[in-house]
Amino acid sequence: MSTPVITIIDYGVGNLLSVQRGFENCGARVVATSDSKTILNAERVVLPGVGAFPNAMAALKRLDLINTIQELEKSETPLLAICLGMQLLMDESEEFGLTSGLGLIPGRVVAVPSTTTSGKTQKIPHIGWNEVHPRHVSQIWNDSLLKGNTVGEAAYFVHSYMAQPSDLKNEIAFAIYGGHKISAVISKKNITGCQFHPEKSGMVGLKILRSFCYD
Amino acid sequence: MGSPNEYALDYYKQGADELIYMDVVASLYGRNHLGEIIKNAAKDIFIPMTVGGGIRSIEDVREILRLGADKVAINTAAVANSKIITDVARQFGSQCMVASIEAKKKEGEHWEVYTDNGRERTGIDVVEWAKKCVMNGAGEILLTSVDREGTRTGFDIELVKAVSSEVNVPVIASGGMGKPEDLLPVVLEGGADAVAMADILHYKRTDVGNVRAIALDAGIGVRRYEHTSHYNN
Repeated sequence: MSTPVITIIDYGVGNLLSVQRGFENCGARVVATSDSKTILNAERVVLPGVGAFPNAMAALKRLDLINTIQELEKSETPLLAICLGMQLLMDESEEFGLTSGLGLIPGRVVAVPSTTTSGKTQKIPHIGWNEVHPRHVSQIWNDSLLKGNTVGEAAYFVHSYMAQPSDLKNEIAFAIYGGHKISAVISKKNITGCQFHPEKSGMVGLKILRSFCYD
Repeated sequence: MGSPNEYALDYYKQGADELIYMDVVASLYGRNHLGEIIKNAAKDIFIPMTVGGGIRSIEDVREILRLGADKVAINTAAVANSKIITDVARQFGSQCMVASIEAKKKEGEHWEVYTDNGRERTGIDVVEWAKKCVMNGAGEILLTSVDREGTRTGFDIELVKAVSSEVNVPVIASGGMGKPEDLLPVVLEGGADAVAMADILHYKRTDVGNVRAIALDAGIGVRRYEHTSHYNN
């Protein structure tokens, strides 16, 4: 089997090291770059991200990477977007006023509710391990990057905002926080977004990274 | 006792949810020695890692995050200048800014903030300080009872309750875990969002799987993890 090459988009937002180490653990070779040509010619692309939505979009714009990432949809290059990266896939976000996103998966990013469904105050950010459940029948789970994982296993989340796909068929899995359903994995064609951190979710996360490398 | 990385890898395999690395003498010598350890740990440990002890500046934080840490725990430097909490939260996000608070009991339901690993008193009230840390941008509180640490007599439940009821960020209870069951009251009555364990694991009085099983039995929502415990209840 040839060594998979994973191209991580380095746009100065967040720490790439853990993601890189995760993929290396799966036997992949990792290239971190902000070069548009390298990204367009990549075999597989990862969009990481930590921090605030408007800053991240501004950084992508500054590096002239917005079109580049949008091109990946047409070229059908597998794209995995992690945490804030997943939120960037959406049309827009309400974080610090309305900001446009990449528009690759229809829907909006909204704040994680600060009260539970029964009206109690809950802690924000949503931080820690939470169970990941399939939104649809098991076949869709099995066709996604989650396929190596048992339904209901936990992954590590850290976020204050959450993606709400307008078409539920793009939501593969969710977690429950204070009674609210929170998108955990979203997907459309060659593009997958993970709200939790696969590189920090132990074996559960490594299996996702491995699926991304070898499928 | 042995290499920190061997212990870390073992706890990762046992199913720990997170690892906390504390350089307990760092403040004394004014620097943190954990960089190399973290760099190595990041190669084969894929759960969140928090590093504390001797972190004094934004540069220290940047360096330790660059080496693979996800969060920093800051105590002494924050007491000296609380602006560091805001600076870290602004630059790297609240999610990586853990306020480490060392608390020692005073008269009544009051606790005093200590620094330098429980050696120096500050005169600051713990609950007020915790609120201030959160207001300044701390995303979590690592709350250590100086009185209970090393005693194996259980957590200071009143302390945890006093803090967790006043702040809207996760509180990690630390100090005093003697047996796995000590986890129950500090979570159920104290409102701790997580518990930190050290010597109970280092000296193999129990393992992570056994603690997890006891928590699950009590209906505490910890993650399920495939692990066969070496210890039976």
